[in-house]
Formats: sequence, C-alpha cells, structure tokens
Amino acid sequence: MSFGLRDLSRRKSIWESLHIDFPLLIALLILLGFGLMVLYSATDGNLIQLRRQVAFIILSFFAMLVVAQVDVHNLRRWAPEMYVGTLSLLVAVIFFGSTSGGAQRWLDIPFLPRFQPSEIMKIVLPLSIAGYFSKRAIPPRFKHIFWSMVLVLLPAALIAIQPDLGTALLIAVSGIFVLLLAGIRWRLVFSFVGVAILSSPALWVFYMSDYQKQRVKTLINPQSDPLGSGWNIIQSQTAIGSGGVNGKGWLNGVQSRLDFLPEGQTDFIVAVLAEEFGLIGMLFLLILYLVIIGRGLYIAAMAQDTFSRLFSGSIILTFFVYVFVNIGMVSGILPVVGVPLPMVSLGGTAILTLMVSFGILMSIHTHHKSLIP
Amino acid sequence: MAEKITLQDHQMERQIVLSRIIIGGILSFLLILALFARVFYLQVNQHDYYSTQSDYYRISVQSIVPTRGLIYDRNGVLLAENIPSFTLSLVREHAGDIDSAIDIMGSLITLTEEDVEKFRSRLKNRSVPFSSVPVRYNLNEDEIAKISVNQFRLPGVSIDAELVRHYPGDENFSHSVGYLSSITESELKAVDPVNYSGTHQIGKMGLERFYEDILHGQVGYQTVEKNVHGQIMKVLESTDPISGQDIILHLDSNLQKAAVDALGDFRGAVVAIEPETGGILALVSKPAFNPNLFVQGISQKDYAALNDPVLSPLFNRALAKYAPGSTVKPFISLAALNGGFRTPEDTVHDPGFYQLGDHKHYDWTWWSNNTGHGMVDMQRAIYQSCNVYFWDLAMDMGIDPMHDFLFRFGFGRNVSLDLPQASTGTLPSRDWKLNTLGESWYPGETINSYVGQGYTEATPLQLATATMLMSNRGKWHRPALLKQTGLDSSPVKQSNFLPDIEINNPDYWDFIAESMEMVVSRGYEGEYRTSGSAYDYFAGKKPLKYRLAGKSGTAQVIAIPDDYDRADEVPEKYREHAWFISFAPIENPKIALAVFIEHGESGSRVAGPIARQILDTYLLDEEGELKDEYLFPQISEEAGQLESELRTKDTVVGSSVENINSLLEEERQLAILND
Repeated sequence: MSFGLRDLSRRKSIWESLHIDFPLLIALLILLGFGLMVLYSATDGNLIQLRRQVAFIILSFFAMLVVAQVDVHNLRRWAPEMYVGTLSLLVAVIFFGSTSGGAQRWLDIPFLPRFQPSEIMKIVLPLSIAGYFSKRAIPPRFKHIFWSMVLVLLPAALIAIQPDLGTALLIAVSGIFVLLLAGIRWRLVFSFVGVAILSSPALWVFYMSDYQKQRVKTLINPQSDPLGSGWNIIQSQTAIGSGGVNGKGWLNGVQSRLDFLPEGQTDFIVAVLAEEFGLIGMLFLLILYLVIIGRGLYIAAMAQDTFSRLFSGSIILTFFVYVFVNIGMVSGILPVVGVPLPMVSLGGTAILTLMVSFGILMSIHTHHKSLIP
Repeated sequence: MAEKITLQDHQMERQIVLSRIIIGGILSFLLILALFARVFYLQVNQHDYYSTQSDYYRISVQSIVPTRGLIYDRNGVLLAENIPSFTLSLVREHAGDIDSAIDIMGSLITLTEEDVEKFRSRLKNRSVPFSSVPVRYNLNEDEIAKISVNQFRLPGVSIDAELVRHYPGDENFSHSVGYLSSITESELKAVDPVNYSGTHQIGKMGLERFYEDILHGQVGYQTVEKNVHGQIMKVLESTDPISGQDIILHLDSNLQKAAVDALGDFRGAVVAIEPETGGILALVSKPAFNPNLFVQGISQKDYAALNDPVLSPLFNRALAKYAPGSTVKPFISLAALNGGFRTPEDTVHDPGFYQLGDHKHYDWTWWSNNTGHGMVDMQRAIYQSCNVYFWDLAMDMGIDPMHDFLFRFGFGRNVSLDLPQASTGTLPSRDWKLNTLGESWYPGETINSYVGQGYTEATPLQLATATMLMSNRGKWHRPALLKQTGLDSSPVKQSNFLPDIEINNPDYWDFIAESMEMVVSRGYEGEYRTSGSAYDYFAGKKPLKYRLAGKSGTAQVIAIPDDYDRADEVPEKYREHAWFISFAPIENPKIALAVFIEHGESGSRVAGPIARQILDTYLLDEEGELKDEYLFPQISEEAGQLESELRTKDTVVGSSVENINSLLEEERQLAILND
C-alpha cells in the first residue's frame, strides 16, 4: 500500500481529534461533486431532483460526522440487540410494508420518514457478524461458520422475498466478507464455490424465475431481444462506446437526453458519465473508487482489533462490490441487477447508508484504545 | 449470556485478517482494472461502431414532401388546390400491441374493416423502422379531439397534419384535370423512389397524371434528432423541398360550367378550342364523377356507382371515338375543291337516293316525303346536308384522297399536347383496311365514309380541332390544356408543330365558312329545302349577334334496315348520336366548338341548341351583345391609327376628343354594315 505507515507516536492532528479521515473525506467529496455534475446532466437539469440529492448529501455528511464520533465498540456491544431489532423490522415489512414498484420494501412508521429496513441491515449485518467473531477464535470453526451463516441468510432471505434479490445478495456478501476476512479456510471456500457451480444447472431449472433467466441470456446476447430485455444493455453500451476517449462533453450526451437510456439517473448513470466524459472520465472515476477502497482497506489493516478489522474490511469490500457490480452490469459483463452506482446514482437513502458506513471507517481509524507505543 | 472464554492469539489473528485484506485489495484492484479494460474496449476499440449505433438510434433522415403545384384555369380560378388534412398514424416500434391499439382507436373513432386492412398492409410494406404509418386519413375535429384526449392510452400514435389535394370544381373538371390517389407499388417502381419517398399520392388521370413531373416537385430532407419516443428534438440539417410548379390551363371555368349546364342531363361531351392558340377552353364529358372521392381512397360503394355500364361516369366521352356523321362534310367538300374533283358550281341531281350497283342508298329526305333535293350544288349540299351529293362525290374521288386530306386536319391521330389518353379515332383508307382488317376496300364503304359513317370515327376533341383549323384557314395550333407552367412564365407555344394546311385557292376557306354559316343562318326563301338545316334552332329562333359557322351531324349507331318503320320509338341505345360543330365569330374566330350527345337523335335539334347556349355564354356580354374584345380587330386598329394621326395634328384642340369618338363610331358602323 502506498499510504505509508502512520507514525503512532506523533501528536494527534486536528482531523484526528474531529475523528475525520482527511484522505477519505477528500476522495468522497470529489466523488460526490463529480457525481452531482453527472446527475445534473442525467436528470436534464432537473433542479428538484438535484436539490433533493444535495439535501441528502448534506444530511449524510453530518450523519457521517456524528457516527465518526462514536466508538465502534459501543456499537459492537449493542450488536445483538440491533440485529434482532432490524430483523424484526424486516419481518414487519412482510406484514405491514408498503408496496412500491411491485416490491414491498418500505416501512411506514408514524412520526418517522418512510424507510427501507434493508438499508439498516447493510450496516447491522457486517457489524453483527464481525461482533460474533470478535468473541470467537479465528480462523473460525465449522460450528461458528454454520451459525454465522444462519445469521447471514435470515435477513438475506427476508429481503429476497420482498423481492429485492440484488440487495439480499449484497447484504449476504457483506456477511460472507466477514467470514472470508476472518480466515475461513480456502479449502472450504473453494469447495463451496465448486458446489455452487455444480448446482447452478439445478438452480437454473428449479429456482430462477423467467425474468432472471432472461437477464442472463441477455448478458450473453443482448441482440436476442433488442427492444425488450436487451434494450437497456444495448443502449448503455452504445452510450459508453460512443463516448470515446474524450467524451461528448458535459451535457452533450445524447443517449440519456433523448431518453434512449433508461434509468440514466439511477442504475445506469455511469453510462451517462462515460458518454459525456469518455474514457478519461471513466479513468478518473475508477481511480477515485480505487483511492476510497484503498484507503478503506488501509484503515481496516491498521485497525487495532479483530472486530474493527473485520467490520471495516467488510464495509469497504462490500463498497467495492457495489462499484464492480454496477459498472460491470452497465458495461455488459454482468447480468442486470438493480444496484446503483455508490455515491453517484440518484437516491438519498443509499448515500446516507454509505456515508454512515464511511463514518464508521473514520471512527475505527480515529478511536484508539490506548496510545501507548 | 454465558460466553466461553477463549484464549485469543492477537498477533496471529492480526496476521490472518491482514493477509485476507491484502488478498481482497489485490482482487479489488484487478477487478477494477478489468472494468477499465472493458470500458477501454467499448470506448476505444468499439468506439466507431457505437458512434454509428448512437447516430442510428437518434438521427433519422426524413423526407419533406414538396407541395404539389396548383392548377389554375385561364382566369386564375383554382381547379386543384391543397388543403390541410389530419391523418392518424402510428409508429410500430412505440405502439406496443398493435391489435389492442387498433381496438382502442376503433372505440374512439370510426375505423372500418377496410381501414384496418389497408393499415395492416401499409404496416407490412413499410421499409424504414420507426416510421409512422397512416391508420386513417381525413380526421374531423371531433375525431382529433377524441384521439388527443386518449393519447396516453395510445403510445406511438400521433395525428399528423398534411396537405391533401382538393378539387373545388368537383365534377366539372374531373375529365380534364383528373385526380390524385394513393400510389400503388407498380407506380412507385416507375418513379424515382427517392423523390417519392414521402409522397403518398400520385396523379392517376388527366392532367394530374400527365403533368405529374411538373406538379410533384423535388423532395426535401431534414436530418433530425429524435428521442426514443420518436419526437423530433432538433433539426440538424435540412434541404428544403422544391415545390411543384403551378400550372395554368387554357380552360375557362365559366365556359366549362356553361357547357356542363348546357348539356343538362344528356350524356355527351363538349370540347371548345381557342383558334388563336389551340388552347382547350372547355373539355366536358357527362356524366362526370367527383374527383375528390378518389383522393383519400374511394369506398367500394362509391366505386361501384361509378361503374354503371350505361352512365359510365369514368369514361371520357370527349376523347372517345364515335361516327362523326355529317360533321365531316365541310372538310370533305374542301378536299374536293382542293383536289379539283368539284367546283363550287358543279351540281348533282338528288332524287332522294343514290344507286350503287343494284343497291339504293336513301337520303334522309326520302324518309320524310320520298323525294330528294333535286339539283344540288356544294353549298346547298352542305347547308342542307345532302347525302346524295357526297355519295356521288365519293365515287368520283375515292377513299384515299379523303383520307389524306382529313389526316391533315388531325383525324385518325391524336395530335393533342397533353391528352395522351385520347383515342386516335379511325380515318379509313385502302392501306388502313388492308393493315388492320386484312381486306381490300369496297366502293360501298367509300360511300359510308363520305357521310361520316362506316369505319370513320372521330372524337369530339378531333372535331373541335378540325373546326379550329377551318376557322383558322388552315393554321395549326396544337390542342393543349396547358397554357403555361408557373405564374410568371410565358405561355407555352404550340404552333408550327404540324405544317399549316395550304389550299390551292384560299378563297375556298371562305366558301366553306359561308356554307357553314348558311347551316345556321340561311332562312326560308320560299323554295323547296333552301334553308339551313339548323336554321330553326339558330337564326330562325333568335337572331344571332355574331357570325356563326356550324354543321350538324346525326350519326347512326347501327345500320337501320330500309324496311324499318321509322315512326316507331327507337330504343335509346340504338338512337343516333347527335353532333354539332361550330366556330364564331367567322371574321375573327374566338371559339371552335364540338358538341356530342350520346344517342341524342338529332344534330341540329338536340346538339345545336346546346352549342348555341355555350357560344352565347362565351361570346355575349350581359346585355346579350358580342363582347367588345371579340369585335373584329381591324376596326380598333384602324381607329387607333386614326386616333394617333389626329393626335399628331397640333391644330386639333378643344373638342378633338369628341371628334375622335364620333369618327370611331362611324368606322364601327361602317364595318358592321360591310359584314
């Protein structure tokens, strides 16, 4: 890693006393600013949507600052309660949740804004699994792996039936990342992957729904249904490809402006970016993400205890998965799953969750049990 | 919660997690690199392909239909115009389920099965993706409102305004102007597909067809950027269409209407030609049809009505061939004079029939009182329409000299500029019969031919043309409907395309014209059959205000047996065709006219009054006097000279204007007396 070793002996900086990680903050701010620029173009200058996004960013920023002040070990202590509470909310969604866009994901509780409990679970699950392993020896034993997997699959299943398969998988992944970081044996990992591959035909036949199969087929050959399921991917690849090296220039992208690109403000926003800013813009974006992920991994590596390492490592690797799945999907190397581009896509709650998790990273990096060298 | 106390090796745990973090970091880096590689591939390697794709989606080239040229009559009256019409159309790619879209549209407005069927075939045949296909034409305001309100249920459906052809004259000009209708596939193959890329309709008949190239214009283009809904966001580049040229016709809509009115309920035709130009002033065929019916697709029912076998409104009688009957006599007389077969003074004795071999050919006089005309000279043979005279001439002259002479008058061929559909008629000769029927000529056939029967057939257009030549003393002008193209251009000259007809003695022109004048003007002078055959219907009925030359014709439709009782009512379809040809004023011809009445029975009695009504309308002013502009031009010319002479004299002062006017009046009176 190129970030250098921190000199633990030196005096606390002003950032440290504010519990803010300066490099991460700068990278996040640049990313948010760039994201707003792209969003402005993608919404065709829709100021109402833009103001909402900005308001959420400001709110998220303060949420991050607040979370950064909290020592994560306080969170760890409350992890079981938080896990059970959030799981209860997910159960409540099944019975009382409000439906939107064909999926029952939202919960309306009086005096509170409408929210998705699955967003909370994105943080609570890695927290809980990391907390679980902080009291158990690692590499984890099989028994512990089994129980932790139960903890992972319970919320994942509840979210999957909403249905929100994308979020369910990503939440499961965040839990699995804790297991992987905890040193689960490679033999076990590979045998699981092997079983998954072997059982995939059965999965295809018995489990996957038609639209999911279609998405996989579309990935292989978008032209099989160019006006239907293939449309999005054809249009997004066209947007990216037509951008070329230099791009068509800010606000000059045609694919989204002419509504050819669906969901250009949300899941497919990177296509707008690629069309208008070209390969240079994409390089800039990917470097920004690399900086954030690198800094996050550095924070994880530098963390002082196993819990902090597992928790922060899972958070940042999950963040990477978001980036990879979204850009992979939009550029046509992964099937279409509903994952927004983190920090850029329109959608306030996603940014709030992410900023809270970055607040946790900052907290981990700036709270030290003892500073005795 | 009792926890098992485990001894934790912090250093080892740190090593484990750290190694996994490093593996995660390396994997993340590699996968982000993979994303970059993918984006690089799309944006660098595939850039050209996707740029083209992007343009293909958003940019479309649209043709801009040129505005079709208008058609005016000689007075600037519109005969064919373009009026806005609203068309319901649909873009397949945006419409979703076509059947449900049709159902919804059908529930809002009237969509017949025919409409739906036509729409489906248009949909199937369209070549350009994302192009809009017409569902129904000619929406009214109510229908536009209903569709607009329900627009949200009808993705891909739009209402387009376009210009459609309209013929304000309705039935009056259908046989001359023709009409416009949907292009068929075979027609599209015959035209430049690029120029017609946006054009739905093409001239089908008449001038709309003949002058298609002039009227259509040149297609324009615009390159537009469209959004995914097919809406045009931006025009990137455009080439304006070049509108079709307007054309101005010789037709005089007043005269045309007068002819339509004069024909009344008769089936028949009227063709009027301006002798000075050959311009066709009127071209009427009745019954006619409303050309507006065809513009946006005629219904089965309307079309069935137009196919009535007797009325046959689509049949253009003005351009169809019929036996011309006695109307050919003036031309044959001129041929006889010119060829030296007869002098004006030569006489023939007419006992009421002509004997050829052992067969007697009876003249029309025979059937009224079993006598003939007695001694007949050429003039009387014309104004009394004596068949025996011409039968006798026929035997002396033979068929070929008649053929050769009449051919110069335009018989037996179509000399018109812009009426290619006109029949050539039949002008028989020995060669003609040998070539077409493979038989040799019989003398009896000459006899029939000399009175405009037998093989001889001519169109109303040909008779009007020949009459024009008679009035012009042989000066040819090509009969044409087109006067000029474009409002600013000069009239198209149609002279000298055929050699003018030269006669050995030009006085013969006047002789024939006088004989034709006698047809309408020569009154009863006490002697037997010395009045003009049409006198009763012309000068005898109401004094003529201009000098008129005319000739009636009554042409048999079938050979009537000699023993047929002529008192009986003849079934209509066997009744004779009636003709009347005329030109006027003789000294300054302004109009040459042919009137044809299908099964009209009598040229002078039926066709004659119709001709007079048309001539009077054209030539007379509101007070029933000959219009000033049709007065003999020499009067005004001489008066003009006189006037200028007077004006040059400085001595003339004060009352000079009154002097001039009185002098002019004197000149005019003198000229009229001389006539």
